Amino acid sequence: MIDPKQQADIIHRSLKRRYRKERRFRLYGIIAISIALGALVILFADIINKGHSGFLKTTITLDVEMDSERMYLEDPTNRDEVRMADFVEPLIVSLADILPEATEDDRNALRGLINPYASNQLRDELVANPDWMGTTQTITFLAHSDVDVYNKHKGNDAYSIKLNDQQQQWVDELQERGIVETSFNDVFFTSGDSRDPARAGVLGAIVGSLLVMFITLVLSFPIGVAAAIYLEEFAPRNKFTDFIEVNINNLAAVPSIIFGLLGLAVFINLFGMPRSVPFVGGLVLTLMTLPTIIISSRAAIKSVPPSIREAAEGIGASKMQVVLHHVLPLAMPGMLTGSIIGMAQALGETAPLLLIGMVAFIVEVPEGFFDAATVLPVQVFLWAGSPELAFIERASAAIMVLLTFLLGMNALAIWLRKRLERRW
Amino acid sequence: MNANENIVSEAGRPEEKVMAMKDPIEDAANAQSAPIQEGKTVGKPYVDDPKYKLRNVEVFYGEDRAIKDVSLDIARNQVISFIGPSGCGKSTFLRCLNRMNDSIDICRVKGDILLDDENIYHSKKDVVELRARVGMVFQKPNPFPKSIYDNVAYGPRIHGLANRKSDLDDIVEESLRKAGLWNEAKDRLHSIATGMSGGQQQRLCIARAIAVSPEVVLMDEPCSALDPIATARIEELISELSESYTIIIVTHSMQQAARVSNRTAYFHMGHLVEVNETNKVFTAPEHKLTESYITGRFG
Repeated sequence: MIDPKQQADIIHRSLKRRYRKERRFRLYGIIAISIALGALVILFADIINKGHSGFLKTTITLDVEMDSERMYLEDPTNRDEVRMADFVEPLIVSLADILPEATEDDRNALRGLINPYASNQLRDELVANPDWMGTTQTITFLAHSDVDVYNKHKGNDAYSIKLNDQQQQWVDELQERGIVETSFNDVFFTSGDSRDPARAGVLGAIVGSLLVMFITLVLSFPIGVAAAIYLEEFAPRNKFTDFIEVNINNLAAVPSIIFGLLGLAVFINLFGMPRSVPFVGGLVLTLMTLPTIIISSRAAIKSVPPSIREAAEGIGASKMQVVLHHVLPLAMPGMLTGSIIGMAQALGETAPLLLIGMVAFIVEVPEGFFDAATVLPVQVFLWAGSPELAFIERASAAIMVLLTFLLGMNALAIWLRKRLERRW
Repeated sequence: MNANENIVSEAGRPEEKVMAMKDPIEDAANAQSAPIQEGKTVGKPYVDDPKYKLRNVEVFYGEDRAIKDVSLDIARNQVISFIGPSGCGKSTFLRCLNRMNDSIDICRVKGDILLDDENIYHSKKDVVELRARVGMVFQKPNPFPKSIYDNVAYGPRIHGLANRKSDLDDIVEESLRKAGLWNEAKDRLHSIATGMSGGQQQRLCIARAIAVSPEVVLMDEPCSALDPIATARIEELISELSESYTIIIVTHSMQQAARVSNRTAYFHMGHLVEVNETNKVFTAPEHKLTESYITGRFG
């Protein structure tokens, strides 16, 4: 026996050591969290810094004179005439008018300020308003992407400015006169992909992602939940169900590109489904998401207290009634959370979709499950690999859009859980 | 009378109590070495016209024999308590009476359990129907995370006992009245049941069990999670309910068994050692083990 005084002393001395240990441990925790937060902040700061300019566009507003002689066009309702007409000339002329120092030799330089698709815009507007013929209209066009880059990034060494000194001087002058303006980039949200960075948008990818997500949700949630309920509530415990369980757990860890290969081999080669379509993308992502949903749903079912189950059984509820009336409502928040996390994972997935051809350059916004489409992360992948610097900011902007979607989905998960959570 | 004197004298001798507390293991070992004859129950296990007739019941958990050759009659509209040390199998035995053990895969039940002369383990017997006739109240209050009304109405709803809303309202009111909860609950019928106190929740569980008008109510230590006041309330309720229901209660409190039950059954390591009128069991136990248990030597 140690005498009480001595014992108190020993405890007192050890106390200091114990508290020191605790403080040290807390410090480690704080350091770990700081590192994680720091990395996150750097990531976000970098993306926002690179990408925020992607949400801005540069426009040029011109007074265009619709001169029939210059355009070789008498009647804008005549399709053949329209096809042969020159819509570039009036733009250059009107630009030359506001830049009187430009000479005939500067035509190409002037042309380099206007977006190559501006003539198409002029054509479309004129065809829509044939009575403009012979008048002068004030129309806002997109500037050339080189002007866009110069406008947003002059003085930034990371971007090479392709405009020559003369052009730079003009842009500066036009900017002062309010002809070249910077505004919110609505084009980015209203159009599909394009070779021209100034006209490239994420709408096609957003719609593609939504279509793929719809297929994934509609298939994986019911199948996953049904599988989880069966395995947890009805399946007999034997070697076979153990085998299934092990396999489901393993599937959750299979690299996603394998699912892409499977989709390519089974859905496209074996079943002959079309390539690049959201339907097949959804099927592949369903395969990938199912294990996640099944595992989280089973965990949610397991966490329903047995007392509730017993209470229902004790009154004489049948197995199905116990599951439907009691287990499912209590497990639902967990199931939904798991499913939304699985869906968020699927939303950010690129690799399996590359293999089924959703990586093609697609300009059109898809209109159905069997239209060729791409998805947001693949769009990011495509733009990030583009040699044209103007696409880099588009890629970062698209990442921001993707992150917004992910944050939205996670917020939805939290909201649903809070909403449906019940105490017992 | 002799045995009765024994208890009094033992309780009156403090040094022996101290001894018993000092070395409970040895004492229990001594007591447990008292002979138990398998399948032999002392006292009066059989009655005329029983509600439950149990013959040679054995329960296995895998290889373990948890209940060993138990034969017993449970009388109609009476309260019977099952007492015994922890792990003696009384809860397991209780759960056989409405086949709650069915959901445990490794559990097997042998022997005959007849409810009104029908074997409830007969392969054609439906377990849902059985549980509508034999209600159960559990150790921990386990109301559904729904409103008070929905808790009570759940049984009648799933069994289709009420066709109209007003019928259901009547059943809910009557059940809550019988469970002595009406006055407390009538103004908050649609608030969530888990917001009530433990005692109220347990009474709600009783109301839920009797809402389907069962013939038998099984109670598995219904007061073990409650304070003395709530316990007294439930015990009062059990006495009232025994007029119209057969009640089987498992309890760890011998005072409770003595207060609420007409008959008492003492279980020991899976054996049914003794069954008799409650006052006989507590005043003049016939078996040495019963005596040791009720005098607090072990358990």
